[in-house]
Amino acid sequence: MRLLYFAWVKEKTGIAAEEVALPDDVATVGELIAWLKTRGPEYANAFERDEVIRAAIDQTHARHDAPIRGATEIAFFPPVTGG
Amino acid sequence: MIRVQEQDFDIGAEIAGLKAGRTDIGAIVSFIGTVRDQDDNVSGMTLEHYPGMTEAELTKIETDAHARWPLQASLIVHRVGALKPGDNIVLVVTASAHREAAFDAAKFLMDYLKTSAPFWKRESSPSGDRWVEAKAGDEAAAARWRASKDAAG
Repeated sequence: MRLLYFAWVKEKTGIAAEEVALPDDVATVGELIAWLKTRGPEYANAFERDEVIRAAIDQTHARHDAPIRGATEIAFFPPVTGG
Repeated sequence: MIRVQEQDFDIGAEIAGLKAGRTDIGAIVSFIGTVRDQDDNVSGMTLEHYPGMTEAELTKIETDAHARWPLQASLIVHRVGALKPGDNIVLVVTASAHREAAFDAAKFLMDYLKTSAPFWKRESSPSGDRWVEAKAGDEAAAARWRASKDAAG
């Protein structure tokens, strides 16, 4: 599965994109965030305030309780500030 | 039509292009968002986005507007990359037979763009750079359209 990070989430993880093999028990966006937090201090820092993190599954906005099975690309980013 | 681009836009040329060859338009509303030097403290701004999803979201917002109002045409242009105070950021143009639809749809497009299109602003100032934080008021503005749609059935 391909993971993408944007804005300050990208700055804190230190990477823009990566390929990951997920454990079988990671089934939702929220569970993916919890798993990412265990991968190192930079991830723990990036996802510390996980309630403000927004996610998209295959380029569509997704809630934290959304299932991720079958997704090819999941992105994490702060609330958007365009316009 | 939607476009994401680094270069500036010319509102006159954009509206001329929108109107070209048509006589069924009676009202055109345009909105331009520009980089504001807040408290004389912003020296520049960088717009980051999520290529692919940005275009998909803008297209969805535009499709939603056409479903709600009788629009003859519409245009969203959003810039990305490095900008300076005073620079244009975003252009929204709506065209309809009558002004109400054009005004309402332009506001709808901006309210939804601000809460769902994946752009992020980073401001530069003499004291360093900072990511602009989302405003609760923007979310409330978009929520009002959802409420009015529910009320209308």
